[in-house]
Amino acid sequence: MSTGFRGYLRRGFDRLERAGDVVFGPDANPLAQLGALGWFLFWIVAATGIYLFIFFDTGVVNAYASVEWLSDAHWFHAGVARSLHRYASDLMVAVMLIHLVREFCLDRYRGVRWFSWLTGVPLIWFVYISGITGYWLVWDMLAQYVAVTSTELLDWLPIFGEPIARNFLSPEALSGRFFTLMVFLHIAIPLILLLAMWIHIQRVSRARVNPARPLAAMVLGSLILVAFVLPAQSQGPADLAREPTELGIDWFLLPLYPLINILPPGVIWGGAAIFTVGFAALPWLPAQRANRAAEVFLDHCNGCARCVEDCPYAAVELVPRTDGAPFPHQVAVNAGRCVACGICMGSCPSSSPFRRVGDLLTGIDLPDYPLKELRERVISGALRLEGSIRILTLACEHGAARPGLGTVFLPCVAMAPPSLIDFILSRGHADGVCVAGCAEERCQNRLGIEWTEARFARTRDPYLRRRVPRERLVTVWAGPTETARLERERVAFADRLAALPTEAPRVVRQSDPERVLDEAAM
Amino acid sequence: MTGIAQRITAALGTLAIVAGVAVLSASPSVRALPEGMAVVKLSFSHGGPRNCRELSAEELSDLPANMRRKEVCDRARAPIYLELDLNGTTMLAEELPPSGIADDGPSRIYRRFMVSAGTHQVAIRLRERAAGSGFDFVAERQITLTEAQSLAIDFRPETGGFIFN
Ligand code: HEM
Repeated sequence: MSTGFRGYLRRGFDRLERAGDVVFGPDANPLAQLGALGWFLFWIVAATGIYLFIFFDTGVVNAYASVEWLSDAHWFHAGVARSLHRYASDLMVAVMLIHLVREFCLDRYRGVRWFSWLTGVPLIWFVYISGITGYWLVWDMLAQYVAVTSTELLDWLPIFGEPIARNFLSPEALSGRFFTLMVFLHIAIPLILLLAMWIHIQRVSRARVNPARPLAAMVLGSLILVAFVLPAQSQGPADLAREPTELGIDWFLLPLYPLINILPPGVIWGGAAIFTVGFAALPWLPAQRANRAAEVFLDHCNGCARCVEDCPYAAVELVPRTDGAPFPHQVAVNAGRCVACGICMGSCPSSSPFRRVGDLLTGIDLPDYPLKELRERVISGALRLEGSIRILTLACEHGAARPGLGTVFLPCVAMAPPSLIDFILSRGHADGVCVAGCAEERCQNRLGIEWTEARFARTRDPYLRRRVPRERLVTVWAGPTETARLERERVAFADRLAALPTEAPRVVRQSDPERVLDEAAM
Repeated sequence: MTGIAQRITAALGTLAIVAGVAVLSASPSVRALPEGMAVVKLSFSHGGPRNCRELSAEELSDLPANMRRKEVCDRARAPIYLELDLNGTTMLAEELPPSGIADDGPSRIYRRFMVSAGTHQVAIRLRERAAGSGFDFVAERQITLTEAQSLAIDFRPETGGFIFN
């Protein structure tokens, strides 16, 4: 649970996201898949851009005429593509800005996650520059305004010889070559953007680049519908002998232009520089107090690679064996990428709380919160449970649970190996286990919910053993503002448990043959 | 909510957002130029002269045959001086330094003046060497600008000086 300013931000965004759940349903909530939506919108913009290029004429005189022609004579396909191209770009700006605010609010931009943040900053520039060069190509009054304002601003920088604004001094001064440059930029910069987007997701494994199908369908459908009802239009041909007066502004891509007209260029560039540097430095202002990275214990690692598969940050790698054990591989943790979520520990087949031999060790463990400590907290938490129905809660630190009797916190619920549930129930530590994770589709550590569900459903290794009575295990996915809902679900769970036929007292102490069985089943 | 009701709400929600985005992509509009105004843009590039001197016969003979040029000039150019009056008021009186790190590029200017639509008296004067007196190029014009008109003043010494476009 976060407190103070961070907690405030986190709960603030959580409220917004829960409202999104109500409107869109958890699976189609755009707030939970903004990065993926950004990618989807990029593809729409790219596809429609290529299509528009078939109709576009890149001459100074012909550009405007060709855009008018495609919007009028070919309104039902090329015109629609034009509107999609424009509106999807606008939506991409909105999605990008909300995405970065969300990552900030959820505190997922510091510590080892700095890479995604830092590589996100240039994306802001590339998205805006792509949009600005696009508006230029239409060569209408808005394009003229954008061209003149942009070049006047650029000329303030002491890097250009001839003032580039001179290109737009008078109709006679305008040359087609400058136009060709803009067309080139409008293709090149989005390509660089794509490359930068790819770099941006390099440090997250299985990055979500496709939004849920229903959401994708609704976004595309809405864009097409809106393209028909509110088609994108030009604002009269550019005329360098006249100044644009009243202009409809794209408030997503060009919001700074009216400001550029008012403020001195030095202030604009200074502001942009401070914003960029300050933004890029945010992960270190202040840096995150990091938990130590996961540690590998080769005696318990056979190189099965489940942790490699499950790590959400590509921090665990398979490397050749070094200790002479008869396995081809072992795993190694890249501490610079590990967020210490413990998902690897939950995925390790050696993570069994049943083990009694010596110190409780596993193949991959968290130095700051080892499996041994987790088992101790579970046992001591269970001891304090009272009443006829004893529910032990394994709670995500970032979810709805508040400290209370029988609640054991974890950095991610997927840190709990399924054998821990078996351990709690088969040893009679509790009558039921409530796994209380983050809100659906919103795992703080990206993949924890998915893996937990799959392990419990016995579709992903390590499976929850068949002997675990599924009715004694409940999962609740709830955000930090949903404490009341978690409570309600726990009460309902208790009622369901009470209605279950009472069983013979569960095994409290295991006999040796049972222990052998337990360990053999691992 | 049932599945279908949820999807309908979601579809309407998405449509509302996309429609909102479409509306904001071209409105509300802003006024780029206040009503009743016009613009005069003054822009050109022109190199001030270099300091040159003739080499003495002795110096010339010291040089290899292929490098014997009579006149040698400094690389740097002199700044030029420019004045612009609008209806008798001085709007600009500036020395324009040469461009380039070695000061060998032309002096450049791009300036934009917002003026009211109507008739104005423009006087513009250029001196090729900032230090000095008198002017090498002078132009005086009465201009009449309609609202939102953009008048460009360029400079081409080879065609006699200032050009009003
Ligand atoms: C073109 C715009 C952008 C696109 C398409 C995009 C896309 C993505 C995607 C797909 C992910 C992975 C999400 C997941 O699977 O969990 C991601 C993560 C992230 N993005 Fe972006 N992004 C964009 C802009 C930005 C910007 C501008 C910033 C901030 C400056 C930013 C910060 C982050 C951070 C910090 C993460 C990592 C979250 C984590 O570690 O769990 N992104 N982005």
